[in-house]
Order: sequence, then structure tokens, then C-alpha cells
Amino acid sequence: MSGNHHGSSAISERVRHVEALLEARGLVDEGEVDRRIDEFLAGGSPANGARITARAWVDPDFRDRLLADANAAIREVGLSMAGGLQEQRLKVVANTEDEHNVVVCTLCSCYPIALLGPSPAWYKSEAYRSRVVRDPRGVLAEFGLELPTTTRISVWDASAESRYVVVPRRPEGTDGMSEEQLAGLVTRKGLIGTAAV
Amino acid sequence: MSRINDVGGMVGFPAVVEEPDEPAFHADWEAHVLALNAALIRRGVYNLDEFRDAIERMPPDTYLSSSYYEKWFTAITTLLVEKGIATPEELATPEELAGG
Repeated sequence: MSGNHHGSSAISERVRHVEALLEARGLVDEGEVDRRIDEFLAGGSPANGARITARAWVDPDFRDRLLADANAAIREVGLSMAGGLQEQRLKVVANTEDEHNVVVCTLCSCYPIALLGPSPAWYKSEAYRSRVVRDPRGVLAEFGLELPTTTRISVWDASAESRYVVVPRRPEGTDGMSEEQLAGLVTRKGLIGTAAV
Repeated sequence: MSRINDVGGMVGFPAVVEEPDEPAFHADWEAHVLALNAALIRRGVYNLDEFRDAIERMPPDTYLSSSYYEKWFTAITTLLVEKGIATPEELATPEELAGG
């Protein structure tokens, strides 16, 4: 069964075979696979996390509500953690001058898809999952994020029921920018904590 | 007892590699695996915890040598057999049955 012993065409053939069998047994409807793929891809994007971050930057009251009860706060902007197979608890953590936050799922790949979309392969890799909890500063440096030794780093380990999102620090020199322009500055890595913004 | 998926803090893994402009799926079959899993969970063939468990009890060498969606596919076929939906022979392609 080891995947590396098969070429991609072999696994593709195996998946097709199982899919046909499940369709024949009435466990998957015609067209359902394509529909579910479309739903997944439409289910979230980093633009959602960026929108929340920009709102938190311009509205301190929203920021307070977001950090206190993220599930409730994101509903204010039309987002929800209930769209997946089960409702997930969301905790939002904000970077400050003294503290940087970074998110991982050491056990598998738990990730706030509703706010960030599909996760990148590195997030799911054993390399990231094993190392970021032991040597966060070193792993962040590999991402090009060199933090001062005085900055405390908190690593948040997601689980089946709980997901985390980071609010990066608002960059200097952005006072005149609109909320929409600010959202455009925020990256997926910033929201996971492997980039500054 | 910890399983192989519990890698937090484990030493020996290499540097993290980022892929520029990474697509959501690297091949069509990966998207199909994701969709099949969602369909089976929605129908109650198994639940999300059973699915996670089926990944986490993979033998360590298989777990570590499988890609992300290869792990998912292994878990799906394991559960289809355990739930009595299909036999291993039925899940195998003709090529696999011929020893391919």
C-alpha cells in the first residue's frame, strides 16, 4: 500500500476503481464528487482571514470581541466555523511587540479552512509538525521570519475541535489605508504565523 | 501509547519546504479522495473520528512514506473493509489483483 511504490497513475486508477464501486453501491451519487470538490474549494479562502484582520486593526472593539469569542465575532462579518463536517471552536490570537503566535496541528492537519481555505502542503508535513513545537524560532527563520530574541513565541496546537488564527501586527506606515487596502496586505502565512503579515 | 502521527517535538525531520504557487490539489485523484471521504461521512458509513483513527493507526513506515491524500485513501479503504461495505478483493484494481 505504500504510496511511493506506485506512480501517480496507479493511485489515480485505484481511486477511480473505488469511486466506481461506491457509485454502483449507491453510496456516492452521480455528480456528487464534482459537487463536493467545488464546495470544498468555495468553502473558504485567506481573504476571509485577511478581512477579519483588517477589521481588527481598524476597530479596537471588534478586536476585543474577536480575541474574547472568535466564533461569535466572525459572525458579525458573515463568516462561520459551522460549514464543515462539525462546528469548530475558533480562537484568534494577536501578535504584539513582545509576543508572536504561530499555529500548527502536530497530530494531523487541523486548520481553519473556513477562514484560510485549503491548507498548504508544508502545514501538513511531518517536518513542520514535528519541528515548530521544538524549535519555533528556528523554523520561523527558515520561513524568512527572524524575530528578536526578546520576542516571546507561542505555538498553538490545533485539534479536532479547536482551530486557531493569528492576527498579525499592523505594519508601520499604513495609517491612511482603507480597511480593504489593509486586508490586501495580509497573507495566508501571516494568518498562520509563519510570516510577519 | 503514542502513535506515529504524534510527531510533535520528534527529532530527525528535515527543513520545511514551501512550494510556490501551490495548487489546492496536486492531481485530480486527490480531489476525488477528499470528495469520497466527505460523501461517506455524510452518509454515516463512518464518522470523522473513525477516519482520523484509521489514518493514525497506519503502520509507521507506511504513514511516513505516504503523501497526505495517500493516507486518506488508505484510511477510506481500510474503513470500507471494516464496515463491511466491500472486500479487499473488490477494492483492488485488476492490476493489483494480478500482483501489480
